[in-house]
Amino acid sequence: MDKSIIENIAQLARLQLTENEREEATTSIGNILSLIDQLQSIDTTGIEPLAHATSSSQRLREDLVTETDQSETLLALAPMAEEGMFLVPKVID
Amino acid sequence: MSWEIVIGLEVHVQLATKSKLFSGSSTSFGAKPNTHANIFDLALPGTLPVMNVEALRMAVSFGLAIDAEIGMKSVFDRKNYFYPDLPKGYQTSQLAYPIVGKGSLTITLEDGSTKTIGVTRAHLEEDAGKSIHDAFPAHTGIDLNRAGTPLLEIVSEPELRSAKEAVAYLKKLHSLILYLRISDGNMSQGSMRCDANVSVRKVGSVEFGTRTEIKNINSFRFVEKAINIEAERQIDILEDGGKITQETRLYDANKNETRSMRSKEIANDYRYFPEPDLLPIMIDEAYVQTIRNTLPELPEAKSARFQSQYGLSTYDSNVLSADRDTAEFFELVAQGCSNPKLAANWIMVDLQAVLNKQEISISESPVTTESLTLLIQRILDNTLSSKTAKTVFEAMQEGNTDVDGIIEAKGLKQMTDTGAIEAIILQVLESSPTQVAQYLAGEKKVFGFFIGQVMKESKGKANPAQVNAILKEKLG
Amino acid sequence: MLNQGIAELEAMLDNRSCSSVELTQAYLKAIEIHNPRLNAFITVTTETALAQARAADERRSSGKLSALDGIPIAHKDIFCTQGLKTSCGSRMLDNFIAPYDATVVEKLAAAGAVMLGKTNMDEFAMGSSNETSYYGPVHNPWDLERVPGGSSGGSAAVVAACLAPGATATDTGGSIRQPAAFCNLSGLKPTYGRVSRWGMIAFASSLDQAGTMTRNAEDSALMLQAMAGFDPKDSTSADIAVPDYRSSLANSIEGLRIGIPKEHFSSELNPAVAEVVHCALSELEKLGAKLIEISLPTSHLSVPAYYVVAPAEASANLSRYDGVRYGHRCQSPQDLEDLYKRSRAEGFGAEVKRRIMIGTYALSAGYYDAYYVKAQQVRRLIRQDFERAFEQVDLIIGPTSPHAAFKLGAKKDPVTMYLEDVFTIAVNLAGLPGMSVPAGMLAGLPLGMQLIGPDFSEALLLNVAHLYQQITDWHKYQSTFAQTVCTEKGAMS
Repeated sequence: MDKSIIENIAQLARLQLTENEREEATTSIGNILSLIDQLQSIDTTGIEPLAHATSSSQRLREDLVTETDQSETLLALAPMAEEGMFLVPKVID
Repeated sequence: MSWEIVIGLEVHVQLATKSKLFSGSSTSFGAKPNTHANIFDLALPGTLPVMNVEALRMAVSFGLAIDAEIGMKSVFDRKNYFYPDLPKGYQTSQLAYPIVGKGSLTITLEDGSTKTIGVTRAHLEEDAGKSIHDAFPAHTGIDLNRAGTPLLEIVSEPELRSAKEAVAYLKKLHSLILYLRISDGNMSQGSMRCDANVSVRKVGSVEFGTRTEIKNINSFRFVEKAINIEAERQIDILEDGGKITQETRLYDANKNETRSMRSKEIANDYRYFPEPDLLPIMIDEAYVQTIRNTLPELPEAKSARFQSQYGLSTYDSNVLSADRDTAEFFELVAQGCSNPKLAANWIMVDLQAVLNKQEISISESPVTTESLTLLIQRILDNTLSSKTAKTVFEAMQEGNTDVDGIIEAKGLKQMTDTGAIEAIILQVLESSPTQVAQYLAGEKKVFGFFIGQVMKESKGKANPAQVNAILKEKLG
Repeated sequence: MLNQGIAELEAMLDNRSCSSVELTQAYLKAIEIHNPRLNAFITVTTETALAQARAADERRSSGKLSALDGIPIAHKDIFCTQGLKTSCGSRMLDNFIAPYDATVVEKLAAAGAVMLGKTNMDEFAMGSSNETSYYGPVHNPWDLERVPGGSSGGSAAVVAACLAPGATATDTGGSIRQPAAFCNLSGLKPTYGRVSRWGMIAFASSLDQAGTMTRNAEDSALMLQAMAGFDPKDSTSADIAVPDYRSSLANSIEGLRIGIPKEHFSSELNPAVAEVVHCALSELEKLGAKLIEISLPTSHLSVPAYYVVAPAEASANLSRYDGVRYGHRCQSPQDLEDLYKRSRAEGFGAEVKRRIMIGTYALSAGYYDAYYVKAQQVRRLIRQDFERAFEQVDLIIGPTSPHAAFKLGAKKDPVTMYLEDVFTIAVNLAGLPGMSVPAGMLAGLPLGMQLIGPDFSEALLLNVAHLYQQITDWHKYQSTFAQTVCTEKGAMS
């Protein structure tokens, strides 16, 4: 684990790190990866990965519109909203 | 040096469900910003997705229509990236286990030949919201009404070899989704959007060239132009000894050029993994069979049947079956009037002209199946001539469906009373002694003059067949 | 009456020896006086509690809604509560007023329970000591210098200190069972899918499960009864009928086969801890249970597998906190990237950031197979270990935690902290129900034993725990702190 990898992960995760945090993360995440590397001690060839602890399948819902306009309440939660829209700094495509 | 274009299309089709893929919010278009975005659509903490069964049905019916493998087990995955119109910070999509696997679509090329294009897969995913860049001076506004609308992403094999083939494929797809009624297919509203992967290679080459992806092309015309201009750009680069950069490009219709979208080039690592909030969807053969049973007759089958059942030409039946509403309109009229060829002509020529002029679809047509059927019946029972029928049809374009009323009001009823026709004929012959003499002297072509005079006197209402017969008899 | 459990309070309300309002007032008063030393509540909902209590008293004449009608409880601040701050222990949600109720909150309210407030917790439930909370650590009533365990540390401290007779909690890797063990409580983590996750703020969606923190097994049964059941809003919730947990509490366990996993009693385990569990097991033998040694061969890999799966899911679950629609947003962002990066850097604490980064790394291109896929394969092996074991035995019992509550600040190294959950984590990976019940004391601190059952065997776990509590007194031991709370002047007795 080195700082450039940490920097790359932090970018993917959109986390701004201070120099201290970067150093701390390099060490601690390195240690955690050593713990995780114990997984390599076992042969799992041919084992199907288990993503859900339950063996049941997905239940679906009927195609019904059940929601009413809650925009007033929900926009009130926003740090910045105007004219019914959430605002972010201008995005240039 | 000769180049070949290689194209693969990724088409996003918005499914016409009433509610969103994973929430009970409405999917209707054009509402005030964020009024169709509930706590799940806004990704509030603690909210969970519950999938819409209708989206599943639509996806499976599409799969069956292109003869594809249906994913009996399909799995949702999270595709992770940050963007303000993606509230959860991940898009729920399908990667390893899509609902629809390999299938194919047959397209008809301009020369009438056909080509089968492989469909790699089709999977369900959520649409994103919209970013409004021009409403605020320093900010971008986010409207999440569209966020979570179900999309079917249909991915073709790189088997298209020209922009025209790409357009034919898209049109075929468009026709199919309208047939299945799984989308409104409205490209200008974004219900069907197309990304094109384009590369070029020397003819005869087996290897593919480096491709670029042109994003979000929103009309058939632009698809053709965008592919051609991008292929030209790539060929120019290669012929100058350059290299193509694999990248995402945007088509600018105003300038008719593609340009690099640098914002998309920040190394994306989507970190797909199985969506833990959604268990696998398991479907069985019985479910698939139920959907198969409700599939409508598809364009190819319908066209073939129109030829055998109604005796239409290949061309006519292809045109009439390309659109499901048109085909159904035709069948109602054809069966109602018992003259399929006449029905086909009226729909393809006269009605189509009206629809084009008024810029409406056949489902909004002012001429109904009942009124067109009656009009044709009035031709067949000699009430109208083909000429007077056009006059009636003109009134029908304005929304008047009372065919007999129009005939009555305009006094267009065809004259079939032998006595009355005879009276006109006698009068014409009497007032044209010179022409009668010419005719009797052997100038048979003067016969046309008498017909014309009789029709004129009868204001076009005399039945031409009867006029012909009586004239011949009188002129002995 | 503060030292009473739910079942006893139910009886008191039934025979009118107190009213719900009196009960609620007594708890609110005790909270006001004693919570500052524990820091166990993030929010105390005095007004709504009294209103709910009044309503409970008014309807009592026409019959009660459930055993919980009029009984005050506390909710872990991970459950959304409409109109109330729901922080999840994070600065990110310090200003977040939830616009809706979690299903658990709704169901308990519908059962008549009175909400006293929202309890402190590790930030986004990521922690085993309650030290990662934005609102500061919770203190263990058994020793204020020690941690109450985590992440449901606030719920555990509140119940252990008699500031509520029961509390909701959640468990992703041991977050109910370990604090229950550290605070001498009965803590039940039900089978994955038994309780709806709607409105419960996600940490790791395939592992998270809501459960109960109470003084004894009977109280757990009463709370679970109200919380469990299929919820159409959570498509991973199980559509399986909820049994009457109370009615089977006293069933005989004659002939019950209890598995003792040898891996949970390795030579590295503190012999005193092993001794406590063995004593408890011999009590169960007296009730007719048979002890059988079993093996869970992959259990040593449960912590490594968990620290891939849970952070991976968390890294995606926490992407929604971006400063756009709710929650913390940094001041004057320069551009979109700055908005994201600073809002998240400021809103999340160190442990949350660490886990987001581990998860992001484990899912990133080139590492996905080596980490994520591998961990999910090991997860299947862990599940299969249990499936094989349950062909032989009806129940598995071992220690909940390798030791008793540790001192605040004692475990600064993340890896050391992660190993805290060495016995509990496999249960979440396998989706099974697990329960910790008080089993003894070590140097004045409580120790727990963990019961693990097959899918949907909550009734059996509660039955065994209840019978054990009929013949032992460990669950009745109270800290000096709790005794003070219960005998305080002004607190009605």
